[in-house]
Amino acid sequence: MGGDINTDYIIASTRKKETLDENVLKRYLLEAVDPSFAASVRSGDIIVAGTNFGCGSAMEVAATVILAAGIPVVLAQSFARSFYRNAINNGLLAIECDTAGIREGDALVLSIDPSGTTISNERTGRRETRPALGGIAGDILAAGGLVPYLRREGRFIPATAVGD
Amino acid sequence: MTGFPRTISEKILSAKSGENARAGDVMVCDVDLVLGTDASAPMAIGYFERMGGTRVHDASRVVFALDHYSPPSSPSTKGFHDQVRAFAATHGVRVYEVGEGISHQIAVERGLARPGMLIVGADSHTVTCGAVNAFATGVGSSDLAAAMLTGQLWFRVPETIRVILDGVRPARVAAKDVALAMVATLGSDGAEYHALEFTGPGAHSFSLDDRLVLSNLAVEAGAKAAVWDADNVLELHLATFGERGEPVVADPGARYAREVVLDLPSLQPAVALPHSPQNVVPIALAPDTPIHMVFLGTCTGGRVADYHEALAMLERGGGMIAPGVQLVVTPASSDVERQLASDGTLVKFARMGATITVPGCGACCGTSGVIPGDGMNVLSTANRNFKARMGNATASIYLASPAACAAAALTGRITDPRSIP
Repeated sequence: MGGDINTDYIIASTRKKETLDENVLKRYLLEAVDPSFAASVRSGDIIVAGTNFGCGSAMEVAATVILAAGIPVVLAQSFARSFYRNAINNGLLAIECDTAGIREGDALVLSIDPSGTTISNERTGRRETRPALGGIAGDILAAGGLVPYLRREGRFIPATAVGD
Repeated sequence: MTGFPRTISEKILSAKSGENARAGDVMVCDVDLVLGTDASAPMAIGYFERMGGTRVHDASRVVFALDHYSPPSSPSTKGFHDQVRAFAATHGVRVYEVGEGISHQIAVERGLARPGMLIVGADSHTVTCGAVNAFATGVGSSDLAAAMLTGQLWFRVPETIRVILDGVRPARVAAKDVALAMVATLGSDGAEYHALEFTGPGAHSFSLDDRLVLSNLAVEAGAKAAVWDADNVLELHLATFGERGEPVVADPGARYAREVVLDLPSLQPAVALPHSPQNVVPIALAPDTPIHMVFLGTCTGGRVADYHEALAMLERGGGMIAPGVQLVVTPASSDVERQLASDGTLVKFARMGATITVPGCGACCGTSGVIPGDGMNVLSTANRNFKARMGNATASIYLASPAACAAAALTGRITDPRSIP
């Protein structure tokens, strides 16, 4: 999808007024953009977007409903900062990369290791490697999200190298 | 702190982390004020418990406001309120009840938000509090839980864009018009990950209410924080609380990512067309559009001065709402409502046939209050006009100043407020 996909489009405030259960909310994922989208999602599908994905409200269900729908990764040209934080905190992989050449239906292979993620497009043969998230944010993501991180650490541990 | 010259954001995040921080550094900071709402606190409570939380680190710094579902209109929203109240009672957290108002409005008008503070809120419009020279930013429910648990959050210190307000604002150009020009100039992500600092010779002419509007809309350009310089306007506001606070001023020579100049004399009354706050045109050039609902409220446009502006416009234009237009009045707080009740404003709106609702977020995101009908055009003092936001995917939302909204209530169409003498 294109740029500026805001969190109201990802999940409407009127829906989360009725329930916070992501397994119910996932039926309404992106309904303002395409009412048939949610039903078409298969586990392992990836959302690919343009710039400023997740802009607008900082509502966390925008990240958790994507995960609940079985989508483990969002690739975007760029993310809104509040969505990006929420993604990290819930273990949703939000990867900034050049999405311009990716088309709906493309088979993407993501190879993830501690140093970074390589995204390969089987249709175009194009490949891009993005470095792993460092610092505290990287630690939180590596732990699986903010809940496991804080259960383990009890507080935020600053990274030893400032500027990560 | 010694060393290099700093922006306001660098100073505040340095102070709260106890280290010399510059843009790009990632710091763990003590948070002065933590705001939650009925839309975000229920999930935060879940995260808090899953994090193993048994007590809030410092309950005196945490505040909840029941503002999005004000009043609750379903068993689920009533349930969220009960959950929030129960948690607050257990942990000693202050709850601002249904009808007391929007979290950001309460934080500013009751002096909870003060200069030099690091403020975090589980609502994107927490940036509004930047008007009082604080670093205020929006986060999600999990970060709200973490801040309640530890009293801290991590932050990447943002680069700052200096917004220079230049020249004299024309008489009929409102703060909302300036804010719309700002988001149109910056674009939807022009300030992404950045803080804004408002300054310039024209800044002093912005009242505190005006500053709230600009800080509020900064998040629509992606801003992390939107901080105003400390000056005598801030001092006057603080004096009402009997405080001087610890205002923060940027150092001469501080490094800014870039400067954006808003040439105030060139600005005109504006409207954001559907479906994006960036879709801004001068009202004088807007397509002729019938308006079916006018919404006066929200953290952007629900304050006393806004209603006075709107009422003055309505009275100048004959004092009658056009047939077929529903005028909805939702004060941003009970304090606002009380003032409007005691100075006669509210009864005048009521006599015109306005729908007056309980203070809170109201119709803004479709969670409380009046939902527009199918195919309706809404002109609103709010900050977002995404499709379906007010609860009806076939309604179209336009954003404008209180005066322009009132002008449309008079005529039933988008109307240049300057055309009403």
